[in-house]
Amino acid sequence: MSTPSYSVIGTRPIRHDGADKVTGRAIYGADFQMAGMLHGFILRSPHAHARIKRIDTSKAEVFPGVNAVVTTKDFPAVDDSKIVDLGEGNTPLRWARSNVLADGKVLYRGHAVAAVAAVNAHVAEEAAGLIEVEYEVLPCVLTAPEAMKPDAPILHQDLKMKELGETTGKVSNVAEHFRHVMGDIEAGFAAADVVVEREFNTATVHQGYIEPHNATALWNNDGRISIWCSTQGSFVVRDATAAILDIPVSQVKVTPMEIGGGFGGKIPVYMEPVAALLSKKTGRPVKILMPRQAVFEATGPTPGSYMKVKVGAKKDGTITAAQAYLAFEAGAYPGAMVGPAGMTVFAAYDLANVTIDGYDVVVNKPSTAAYRAPGAPNAAFAAESVIDELALKLGMDPLDLRLKNAAKEGTRRADGPKFRRIGCVEVLEAMKNSEHYKSPLEGSNRGRGVAIGFWFNVGLPSSCTLNVTADGTVNLIEGSTDIGGTRTSIAMQAAEVLGLKSEDIHPTVVDTDSIGFTGVTGGSRTTFATGWAAYEAAQDVVRQMKERAAKIWDVPSETVEQAGGVYRSNGHSIGFKELAARIGETGGPIVGRGAVNPRGVGGSFAGAIVDVAVDPETGKTTILRFTSIQDAGKAIHPAYVEGQMQGGSVQGIGWALNEEYFMSGDGRMMNSSFLDYRMPTALDLPMIETIIVEVPNPGHPFGVRGVGEANIVPPQAAVANAIAHAIGTRLTRLPMNPPAVMEAIWQKSTSPRS
Amino acid sequence: MRSKTHVHTKINGEERDFLCEPRQSLLEVLRDTLNMTGTKEGCNDGNCGSCTVTLDGRIVTSCLVLGVEAEGREITTIEGIARGNDLHPIQKAFLENAALQCGICTPGFIVATKALLDKEPDPSEERIRFFLANNLCRCTGYDKIIQAVQQAAKEMQA
Ligand code: FES
Ligand code: FES
Repeated sequence: MSTPSYSVIGTRPIRHDGADKVTGRAIYGADFQMAGMLHGFILRSPHAHARIKRIDTSKAEVFPGVNAVVTTKDFPAVDDSKIVDLGEGNTPLRWARSNVLADGKVLYRGHAVAAVAAVNAHVAEEAAGLIEVEYEVLPCVLTAPEAMKPDAPILHQDLKMKELGETTGKVSNVAEHFRHVMGDIEAGFAAADVVVEREFNTATVHQGYIEPHNATALWNNDGRISIWCSTQGSFVVRDATAAILDIPVSQVKVTPMEIGGGFGGKIPVYMEPVAALLSKKTGRPVKILMPRQAVFEATGPTPGSYMKVKVGAKKDGTITAAQAYLAFEAGAYPGAMVGPAGMTVFAAYDLANVTIDGYDVVVNKPSTAAYRAPGAPNAAFAAESVIDELALKLGMDPLDLRLKNAAKEGTRRADGPKFRRIGCVEVLEAMKNSEHYKSPLEGSNRGRGVAIGFWFNVGLPSSCTLNVTADGTVNLIEGSTDIGGTRTSIAMQAAEVLGLKSEDIHPTVVDTDSIGFTGVTGGSRTTFATGWAAYEAAQDVVRQMKERAAKIWDVPSETVEQAGGVYRSNGHSIGFKELAARIGETGGPIVGRGAVNPRGVGGSFAGAIVDVAVDPETGKTTILRFTSIQDAGKAIHPAYVEGQMQGGSVQGIGWALNEEYFMSGDGRMMNSSFLDYRMPTALDLPMIETIIVEVPNPGHPFGVRGVGEANIVPPQAAVANAIAHAIGTRLTRLPMNPPAVMEAIWQKSTSPRS
Repeated sequence: MRSKTHVHTKINGEERDFLCEPRQSLLEVLRDTLNMTGTKEGCNDGNCGSCTVTLDGRIVTSCLVLGVEAEGREITTIEGIARGNDLHPIQKAFLENAALQCGICTPGFIVATKALLDKEPDPSEERIRFFLANNLCRCTGYDKIIQAVQQAAKEMQA
């Protein structure tokens, strides 16, 4: 397949929202102001697991400056069987609602219990302190293995375990056990010359976006609700809020404000329905900002996990069998993202004999949310550590071992799908050929690690409208909130079709009343799917422009051709701008529309190469050099593709080395601030090198795959492998912070040589 | 209601007066009282740097400064960085290097970078990383931010 040449795609224009964002003019959710606005504060549970026996809000209600107080009883009654779509998965409405305001029980420390609206946030907070809540504290359970024990405290009496697809009558903290089987695992291990089996644990970590959640709502006198908030999916907020408040979706309009990071954590609704209730009670707009501590205690995180992985191979490196046991913490409500972990754990390999068991387990921690390739980094940490050890045992180069078994077009995954064209081999080869991998690493206590990871990416519907203006530019209307430059990567795809420059397109992200349904900015889908909608809308514009040119020249419109923004037929030619100036006289406005629900999603592979130095005195790991390699399919705006790779890599480094929910036995997060939840700073890192691999996705007009996520999958394992080579012993628990590294070094020096 | 104190300051070169409660932070006053929402709140406890402003030329996290402490002092915020209608070279460098993704940390980084380059026109990479270590960015991995600062330093010296 020859590579098409593009004039806009692959260039690096300045982003359209750039000036607003470097001058402080961009309006984020918390910046939204309205006349008459009240401020809300949410009272949260101090206990990880308790029955709410009584809530007395009377003192708060009469506190000077307070306008209203709400609890879960202010929500309309819900039908227990109702299911709500939360953007990246469905959940029973009763759970979605009780996560927003606790109903009968609190299931984690920080669980919202009541809310106050007042003249300002200080008064609201003071008043919330006057709400009396009587709790009957229950024993809590904090990890998947503990919660799976027969005598574990039960979180939900109405949660019946699903076992291999069948709903059982068993009340359990295990929401689901699934199994993927391919081939004969016993025979596979019997055929192996070398087998490596290890157990792994990973701590709960948070997405760590710098902007806390926020929501402003106005329940207007005509019954319609307007919401302004930072969200990854305005339509998800609309639909979830309408479902929780039991009103039609047409009664809710959500305006997505600029958003300060999300990484999956700003898909769920937390405060929007509460702000709406408070607005209904007061008749005024109500804004609620979430304190950072609550962001840690009550939103997001990604599951902590317990995993066992066993892989066997022949002497020549052929993998004969691979087995995984994955138990993931869902937090308070089912949905631990263990499904994606099962889909990705061995995705990089072409295997005959596989068994994967996954367990979705509720525990007394905040309900987990997506975090960049959710589930996959945990699984890759385990699988890629084992593969690395296998390479060591076989005396093979770790990339050669991977290349020998690499997944390719036609490879079937254990969970069913057969790969279409993928870039696994190309990514591994790019790693092998990289300057980084070829360079020597010298010095003691230093090690190099590699790993590969996969994320399948998602499609979901997107819409886009293009309005041609008389000056020959185009206004682009879309509904995907822009977290990292997607206005531009979408506009560039329209520009490419229209033969215009990126700057000739003016993209705007609009509210849910003003554009067709558009799924979340998540699943690496925005440049892929909304970009595709823009492509379709641009084709629609071209078709109409051809008709106008045909009219001017009095030729059949089928004879008009367009290339590079110039329309031609029978010796006539006219440029886009000139033609745009004449749309009034040739028939009026030109509006192009694109609405897609794409199927041709192309998964992305990413690799990481990392060099570390471990200080044997302190256990501190320093990242000396890091290279991220990823298949973008086609990089629309390479600078922002690199940015995704660098950002995901650094989140992976933080996850590997420092980040964790440090929990007390009674379920209290002991480090719920940025001081103690230690995310990487500029000083902790080297430059992050990037290699973009482009294996075009046959399922997208420009070959786009989506690059937001796969890059966070391999770093944890790559860092673990590098540390193992630096200190000669392997850590199997994340984070690999200095105490953990010291422990491993001591154990190695005291244990008899193995 | 609690009684408020009258505070007189200079913000981005202009004399400004405001009333504030003793418990209000400078960040809160900037954002809620003066409607200068370019300065962002990420943590409200001094650990993210998105609320960075300069107070008499030194960078501070405005969430840890009380509004009343601004009395008689000079403040520069992100709204005061551009030179009239022209972007400051630091702002341009951030755009040209794609040094922002979500952009919530960007005002803090730009204010801090200006404080650095005004005093040290040619800092090493290590020095830039050290100086900006109080500003968290979760999106970029810092690489492109460091490159933007290096480019801005070059252009400001030229
Ligand atoms: S908001 Fe001030 S340092 Fe984070
Ligand atoms: S660009 Fe999002 S936090 Fe820095």
